[in-house]
Amino acid sequence: MDETLDTTLNVNGTQVTRRIPARMNLVDFLRDELDLTGSHVGCEHGVCGACTVRVDGEIVRGCLMLAVQANGCKVETIEGLSDSGELKKLQKAFHDKNALQCGFCTPGMLLAAQDLLKHNPKPDREQIRAHLSGNYCRCTGYQAIVDAIEEVANGKG
Amino acid sequence: MGKAELPLHAPGTQLDRGYIGQSVPRPNAQRLLQGRGAFTDDLRFPRLAHVAFFRSPYAHAKIRKLDFRHALKSPGVVGVFDGRAVAEYCTPWVAVLGHLKGIKSPPQHAIAIERACWQGEACAAVVAESRSQAEDAVGLIEAEWEELPAVVDMQEALAGKYVIHPELGDNVCFKRELDTGGVDEAFAQADVVVEETYGFGRHTGVCNEGRAILADYNAGEHSLTVYHATQAPHMMQDIFSRHLNIPEASVRVITKDVGGSFGIKVHVYPDEMATAALSVMLRRPVKFVADRLESFLSDIHAREHKVTVRLACTKAGEILAFDLDDLTAIGPYSVYPRTSGIEGNQVVNLTGGPYKHQKYRAKMNVVFTNKNVTCQYRAVGHPIAVALTEAIVDRAALELKMDPAEFRRKNLIPDDAYPYTFPSGIKFEQLSHHQVLQKLLDTMKYGELRKEQERLRAKRIWRGIGLAAMIEVTNPSPAFYGVGGARISAQDGATLRLEPTGMVTVMCSVTEQGQGTEGIFAQIAASAVGVTMDKVRVITGDTGVTPYGGGTWASRGAGIGGEAVLQAGRALRSNMLDIAAAMLKLDKAELDVRDNAVVHKLTQEEKLPLAELGRVGYFRPDTLPMDFQAELTVTRHYTPRQYGFTFTNGIQASYVEVDPDTGFVKLLKHWCIEDAGTVINPMLVDEQIRGGVVQGIGAALFEECLYGPDGQMLNANMADYLVPMALEMPDIVCGHIETPTKQSQLGAKGVGEAGTAGAPGAVMNAINDALAPLGARVLTMPFTPERILRALGKVA
Repeated sequence: MDETLDTTLNVNGTQVTRRIPARMNLVDFLRDELDLTGSHVGCEHGVCGACTVRVDGEIVRGCLMLAVQANGCKVETIEGLSDSGELKKLQKAFHDKNALQCGFCTPGMLLAAQDLLKHNPKPDREQIRAHLSGNYCRCTGYQAIVDAIEEVANGKG
Repeated sequence: MGKAELPLHAPGTQLDRGYIGQSVPRPNAQRLLQGRGAFTDDLRFPRLAHVAFFRSPYAHAKIRKLDFRHALKSPGVVGVFDGRAVAEYCTPWVAVLGHLKGIKSPPQHAIAIERACWQGEACAAVVAESRSQAEDAVGLIEAEWEELPAVVDMQEALAGKYVIHPELGDNVCFKRELDTGGVDEAFAQADVVVEETYGFGRHTGVCNEGRAILADYNAGEHSLTVYHATQAPHMMQDIFSRHLNIPEASVRVITKDVGGSFGIKVHVYPDEMATAALSVMLRRPVKFVADRLESFLSDIHAREHKVTVRLACTKAGEILAFDLDDLTAIGPYSVYPRTSGIEGNQVVNLTGGPYKHQKYRAKMNVVFTNKNVTCQYRAVGHPIAVALTEAIVDRAALELKMDPAEFRRKNLIPDDAYPYTFPSGIKFEQLSHHQVLQKLLDTMKYGELRKEQERLRAKRIWRGIGLAAMIEVTNPSPAFYGVGGARISAQDGATLRLEPTGMVTVMCSVTEQGQGTEGIFAQIAASAVGVTMDKVRVITGDTGVTPYGGGTWASRGAGIGGEAVLQAGRALRSNMLDIAAAMLKLDKAELDVRDNAVVHKLTQEEKLPLAELGRVGYFRPDTLPMDFQAELTVTRHYTPRQYGFTFTNGIQASYVEVDPDTGFVKLLKHWCIEDAGTVINPMLVDEQIRGGVVQGIGAALFEECLYGPDGQMLNANMADYLVPMALEMPDIVCGHIETPTKQSQLGAKGVGEAGTAGAPGAVMNAINDALAPLGARVLTMPFTPERILRALGKVA
């Protein structure tokens, strides 16, 4: 059951190699092998978006991708994107608008938001809501999140 | 003392209220934004073992045999345990309370022994080196079952043809009747009597973070440290102590970041108790994090009510009486230690609550079934009571051809009638129903919206406006649980310490679940002491560190914990001024604290930075007078006593469009005007309301734990159980009336329940308003397209 494979990938700019079970999800790999606990496990069946990470520039669900599938890939997580400053404007806007409460969905929400702004720098509220429709937040009711992203899109962030 | 006591500073100065009333961002949100929070599952421990549970596949079955042979040989397995083995370390519990007369429930074990009473009940535990290894081994457990009849339907449970717990005699956990007298007479005299039966779907909290516990037993000192995603660390400390037989002072519960709670994480869960017991048994740390699928089967569910309500009124539109019959099902056990009788009890207490009728009769039955247990979830009972009250009120208005807003205005308790005792016995200190109604109608431009609705009807666009007035239980006194014998604290405490550098550390027994408790405590502390917010650090969620208290539930954090922080802050400020007076050889009355320094009260001239005061207080007390001892740490506690609960009030409105061809409801906009007393942080208050509204919308439109006739949950995953997502949600407009409670100096009431309490009723009334010209009406939540199409006669 636990067939293992050597897997090498670049995580937040650092090359890492681990021999890991073939069945291990990418998000479990990041959390349990690398102790990058900022990506969260919410549903493990691809609905809630809490495990959203970036693989070769595109956001993916860390629970729906095997870690071995990321062999040779460039993986970016909330920790790396925070340190690089890429999410700075969104993080400030989220903070100012209280677009987070418990913060469990927030890393995934930020990655989804940044992905939207990358592809569509001037989204309207409806487009923002649509792009976030795969990221579950139980606390906020979403409005403050939409407000925060809108603010960054309008250059006020 | 009430709001007159604000601003929060020594009398005679010209300072404003400090940070009270300002929308300050929460300092503790910064780490969460970088993914650098510390949720329980993020913690790393040496020799950590992981537990997974073998759960009953049947709703009701005898466990004939459990065979662990294969499981024990599975890689990484540390041990496999049945209910008897765990029971040697963890005693069972019975969830009853003295003030809920007649409530009964059988003993419940951490792991089921002999019999499983719902699908998903834990029947064995596997501990392994990793969670995946534990799950592998769970799959290798072989069990022999003898299926027993499953009681799934509430009515059948009440009829009692099959009794789930024969030793209890019937399936009734708790019942309550209330009668003011004169109800039959009122109905006989009434010009209009309306009656409807409403259904409320069973749903659940779906916290993004599953329940999480990491128990770390130290055999060397017979002590237990539990890292627990809970709302009530001290309650859990008491429970671990008593059921695991470890001295209370040797149990420490630490609550780090919690990924959503909403009442889900304030109860005692058998699998969590088992985790703690397993740590004792194995003498090593053991972790359990509920995955999503087992969360649906084991997190408490809530609601599932069927309620018939009658309303009597005159043709002039005066409500005379309410008559209520509520039936609710709670699963096979009352949940420990709060019991599962509270939700029904609240429905009886709160139905008709905003209105001034004097006659009221209620009958309520709480029954056992073979489904997952139910218990207190955000707004406990309020969504039921508000929705059925507001729906029957709308029905009466329709009958009278009276505008729903006008009908409410006629019947809401007048704003000058307080203090007021409602026919159910609950007491209101001061509410503002008429003010919030007027503000709502102005904010939403009610008249214009009605005209727009009328215009669009001509184009066969079916829009509806729904109102829901509400009252909400907040700041509960010991009357909620303590008087019934529960060891649940109604008081909370705060310790404030001036650090040598002039910073202030706040330690409070109320916990942070994301609602912003730590943020508002920093605001209150900074304002009360006289420092800037960047000088304040807040610590919560550690029974080894904070004063004793109740934690977070029933909207008590700001009103009770906040008051303790305020009083401690004022006391610390006074102590600081004692030292300053001694150091400066000035009269204390001439001095004040402002912006991190002692200042002269009249001139505002800076006399002494707090860092200097701290330095002398801690390192050079020899320079102070011989008989003077600096006290730079103070603790204060607060318990609401004058009223059982500090009721708040508010009103919501929903504007929807119903597509009669598809049955889909589009939420166009939502409004909530709330009176939660002193608003400490308007942004956080609005965000509490918005999040609550969306949770209520989930109940109204999407969420239901569906069960088959055999007691199997049919949609126990997030693909089939629908929750509100960003795309479908409306923008929500919030507004406030501020009527501070006079019971505290801070004047704050709670705001956590408001949104969830009123939204289902408002959406229900809006949908029925939209459907009215089409001759359809829906009465059972959630209002799925299927139910709406059926009401329209479009599907059978």
